[in-house]
Amino acid sequence: MVSEKPMPKAEAKKLDFFYGDFRALNGISMAVYERKVTALIGPSGCGKSTFLRCFNRMHDLYPGNRYQGEIVLQPDNANLLAGDVDPIEVRMRIGMVFQKPNPFPKSVFENVAYGLRVRGEGSRRRLEEKVEQALQDAALWEEVKDRLHQPAYNLSGGQQQRLCIARALATDPELLLFDEPTSALDPIATASIEELMHDLKQRVTILIVTHNMQQAARVSDFTAYMYLGHLIEFGVTDELFIKPKMKQTEDYITGRFG
Amino acid sequence: MHDHASKQYDLDLGSIRSRVLAMGGLVESQIRRAIDALASGDLQLSDEVIAADHKVNAMEVALDGDCSQLIVRRQPAANDLRMIFAITKTVTDLERIGDEAQKIARMAKNIHQRGAAQAPPLVEVRHAAEAAISMLRRTLDAFARLDCNTAAEVIRDDAGIDTEFRSILRQLITYMMEDPRTISTALDVVWIAKAIERIGDHAKNMAEYVIYIVKGTDVRHTGTAKLEV
Repeated sequence: MVSEKPMPKAEAKKLDFFYGDFRALNGISMAVYERKVTALIGPSGCGKSTFLRCFNRMHDLYPGNRYQGEIVLQPDNANLLAGDVDPIEVRMRIGMVFQKPNPFPKSVFENVAYGLRVRGEGSRRRLEEKVEQALQDAALWEEVKDRLHQPAYNLSGGQQQRLCIARALATDPELLLFDEPTSALDPIATASIEELMHDLKQRVTILIVTHNMQQAARVSDFTAYMYLGHLIEFGVTDELFIKPKMKQTEDYITGRFG
Repeated sequence: MHDHASKQYDLDLGSIRSRVLAMGGLVESQIRRAIDALASGDLQLSDEVIAADHKVNAMEVALDGDCSQLIVRRQPAANDLRMIFAITKTVTDLERIGDEAQKIARMAKNIHQRGAAQAPPLVEVRHAAEAAISMLRRTLDAFARLDCNTAAEVIRDDAGIDTEFRSILRQLITYMMEDPRTISTALDVVWIAKAIERIGDHAKNMAEYVIYIVKGTDVRHTGTAKLEV
């Protein structure tokens, strides 16, 4: 349910994206509202992951990729795609969690402390505080507090994914990007991640790509339906799933998509 | 409407929809037979109508079960969700119409067992019954064809039956005042007229669900002014 009028945390404005000559996004304009969960849905190849990855400049890692248009981040009102913006700085403020849990081959503690160390945090005491806080926020602390210095790979898949969320949370991001965060998890682990998203949105803005439409309906406040690099429909989740405005959206969410 | 990627989903939805129409057909014939029994005094026909109500009830239970199964298996969204939601409500209204038909048959039996000599004239009752049956039939057509225009027409027509009910009531009051010996029978006729009026209300509800399925707008309790299609 969406009650008070939300403020945009980030806003794509006429965003195009090219993988070399291939145009993967066509003039996407939409807001990601502060402390809300926004879900991106659409068939494979529709551009939803490409769109998500624009927010933390992931595409910069490969040559030949090109952005056009803007993604304006608030409260700075600054275009994070601008040439003079350091992608590393962007990634400090915008965290990401991937489809498959990808902990570093380090201990549980070091996984979460990593971002803080990169930032130059040297105080052991402050690191311990921050790591505990992040693990608490990711609803993992109780399960790992006695084995903080064991390898992260010893954790279960669901725990590893929550560890990745804790790692992303440790640097106090303002926006969290989730790229199909539960598609490699069982239903119980999925439910705990979804529950976690619900708690996290009290203070973080969340943008999630999901293939699972029921998941989008369960966790999100806003939903965007994308197809072939275009934004077809964006709206309040409850409305989009009960009474979509566009025929294309309706066909997709009711499973009539050809 | 396109087919779903899942053929079984289409089959399940199609089967539920056609069984709603079959239930509607059964209910319509129950009203018609009850009214015939009232007009003809055929006590056996009354008994048949009363006995057949359990078929209507069984269809309600079966359809509700199938709807919840479809919700669990398919998690319907958008127009499918509205369809299933509307069907479970339609089925409730149909079952209530079935009860009203049974009530008419029971009253018809009372009246004729008591002796037809004192019965007040039933022309107006028959007329109101025809109007209610027509509303039911058109609302079922509107459901089958997802036709908002017909649904809106049914919703508007409900006011006519309400007026007719009040006019029957006035007539019966005069009748009872003139000859108190007719009171028992006249009261039975009041119940019949009330049952017919309720059938009109249920048909109207069902027509409102048709508009909800097609347009996603809830026109209940909004007055007929909002019905422009």
